[in-house]
Amino acid sequence: MITPFDLSSVDEIVERHRHKNDALITMLQESQRAYGYLPKEVILRLSRGAKIPLNRIYGVATFYSQFYLTPRGKNIVQVCRGTACHVRGSSVIMSTLADSLGVEESGTTEDMQFTLEAGACVGTCSLAPVVVVNGSFHGKLDPVQARDIIRAYASAGEQA
Amino acid sequence: MEKMKSAKELRSLSARLADEMDGAASRVRICMTGCRAQGADEIRDALAAAIADEGLEDQVEIRETGCQGFCARAPVLAIEPQGVFYQELTPRHVSDIVTKTLRDGETIGRLLYRDPESRQRIAEPDEVPFFKGQTKRVLRNCGVIDPTKISHYIARDGYAALARALFDLSPEEVIKEITDSGLRGRGGAGFSTGVKWGFVRSAPGATKYVICNGNEGDPGAFMDLAMLEGDPHAVLEGMIIAAYAVDAAKGYVYVRGEYPIAVEHLRTAISQASELGLVGRNILGSGFDFEIDVIEGQGAFVCGEETALIASIEGQRGVPRPRPLYPSYSGLWGRPTNVNNTETFANVSSIILRGAGRYAEIGNERGKGTKIFALGGKIENTGLVEAQIGISLREVIYEIGGGIPRGRAFKAAQLGGPSGGCVPEQHLDLPLDYDSLESIGAVMGSGSIVVMDDDTCMVDTARFFLSFTQVESCGKCVPCRVGTKRMLEILTRITEGNGREGDIDLLVELAQGTKDGSLCGLGQMAPNPVLTTLAFFRDEYQEHIVNRRCPGGVCEALIQLYIDPENCKACMICLRQCPVDAIEGGKDLIHVIDQDLCSKCGVCALVCPPRFDAVKAISGGPTPARLPEEDRAIVRTGRKSG
Repeated sequence: MITPFDLSSVDEIVERHRHKNDALITMLQESQRAYGYLPKEVILRLSRGAKIPLNRIYGVATFYSQFYLTPRGKNIVQVCRGTACHVRGSSVIMSTLADSLGVEESGTTEDMQFTLEAGACVGTCSLAPVVVVNGSFHGKLDPVQARDIIRAYASAGEQA
Repeated sequence: MEKMKSAKELRSLSARLADEMDGAASRVRICMTGCRAQGADEIRDALAAAIADEGLEDQVEIRETGCQGFCARAPVLAIEPQGVFYQELTPRHVSDIVTKTLRDGETIGRLLYRDPESRQRIAEPDEVPFFKGQTKRVLRNCGVIDPTKISHYIARDGYAALARALFDLSPEEVIKEITDSGLRGRGGAGFSTGVKWGFVRSAPGATKYVICNGNEGDPGAFMDLAMLEGDPHAVLEGMIIAAYAVDAAKGYVYVRGEYPIAVEHLRTAISQASELGLVGRNILGSGFDFEIDVIEGQGAFVCGEETALIASIEGQRGVPRPRPLYPSYSGLWGRPTNVNNTETFANVSSIILRGAGRYAEIGNERGKGTKIFALGGKIENTGLVEAQIGISLREVIYEIGGGIPRGRAFKAAQLGGPSGGCVPEQHLDLPLDYDSLESIGAVMGSGSIVVMDDDTCMVDTARFFLSFTQVESCGKCVPCRVGTKRMLEILTRITEGNGREGDIDLLVELAQGTKDGSLCGLGQMAPNPVLTTLAFFRDEYQEHIVNRRCPGGVCEALIQLYIDPENCKACMICLRQCPVDAIEGGKDLIHVIDQDLCSKCGVCALVCPPRFDAVKAISGGPTPARLPEEDRAIVRTGRKSG
């Protein structure tokens, strides 16, 4: 069977951790770093290679919120929904960005450019409300500024 | 640098580094952690370029530090030895900073903090009210040193406590010192750290572990983040001393994956410490071995609970297990394990170095030392605050915190996040210590303080926390899994205007069941936000249920947004930003919201300039009639409008 995935990375990861006790989470973290998410093919390969039952891997991968079983967009937009951000209006920012991108929370745009997520919390509560795009923090936002930041990423993407 | 093999080598290195550390004629300390969200990296780059242009590279050190605390004024920097503190900077301020302050030694008044009452500019950081009320002990290096340089940490007595523990004290004496200091766990439960170490030491078994809990999950807390980003060696030193005391050879720091800078700084710190022989085999030639690994969490709040955290390190789903047996007896892989919070470890070195007596000089009879608080929400001076245990909430909010913005009234402070409770006005004088807070149903928790003003709805606040705990419940205990869900459903229907008679009693019953029937702190404490808001704001629940009114003007289903014609200056800002085009008006025409189109998203209220404050949430009564067309025109005369 031909798979669309290059499985050499996951094979390497399994090999590197072969002798370590209970390295499942580390292996999943490294696989996700290599593939951007956890494709079914990769999980199956990991299960066979590391001799860990599939149900256990699936249990772990779905338990932790930062493992993703579906592909994510090129740009990851995280609207912080910690307490301080909530009190300072993060829900309006979330709905504004959802409208602007045309996706629901946790959704990815059809062109795979943006994934919109809620996070709690990113630890910059004193600059609430905060939006994190691809790891860059933007603080003290109002909904309009938040939308403008996303538009800047969108137009940067078009030019690239 | 080479591996050190004795305490003497560390002492001489420390003396040498202390001389070198502040060698540059001027040091610009710029926060490169939280302040990045407000563009600190652009400022650093502009500074480096401007300093090079002036040819001052040899005289000025740009020091990238961790959080300096005053996040409300980000980005911030401090200049030594001039002793000035500049705030709310943009790259266009940089050339003045370089030519005036760094080259000519002048202070730039407009970049200094201005006291809102006296309207005086304050140059000295220590005179700024935000810093004045604080006692910096644990955060003494945070914002001062470059956390990626072990030389800075060692220059400021770093690892001297470790040397003292290894060479001058027996493990039992270390434990006695920590116990005598009165240090209690800073993660929330407040258990005596020394007693816990004693349990682990006396537990049978040759293999023991030390774990640092940095899975700071409370959405409102960022003290562990600040410690790990700004002074990671302080945490490591505490861990190594603990390992010596309990006789562990292996340690883990479990950090949230959401904290990439913390993970990076921690990894750097560990590799630097092992290069110098402060971690690893034969530490400082003492014969004591201790390795430390970093584990990145994958986004599970429940892993802040120690048994769930241990399961996660073992590669399992982060599900708690019943205690006893406590981890101090049977923890990681069934071995005795000492789990302490990040901030707890950061307290250790000062106790060992200066003695339990000195440490216990501050605090009160229910807790010794200091506590770091994360101040956020509707408060002027948001940021990171370290104060003596026992300081009153009023001092933290009004003196250090500068009070409530926009002249609003204080309503409640939420302490301890989803496991904590709301403290209302009548308890503002309560000392912030573990037991006093518990006496009113709140908790010290991690130390997060989110301030709420009269624009906050307490039912919505309880709903917010329950929506958090409901998602984060691991699902093992039915009372937690189902109880949080049912409570959330009830709170949601109340905020949607569908509350029923008897809902409050039902909430109380569910809260009790969830508390009693859950294995771990998540479930046992998840009902706290509901119970404390009910205890202090029951009338707000009643208003929602009986009168379908939201006094805070928050719950969408119960409000209408309305533009007060007295306050509207027809500035067009809200009109342009309304996503559903529900606002009509013009440049000189008072704006009106079309209630049929309005989606109540609240963008207009957020963007209306605070000095106008024209958008109001009306709840429980009819929205005032639309202004007659002939009265809508604004005649602007001269410079004045209106």
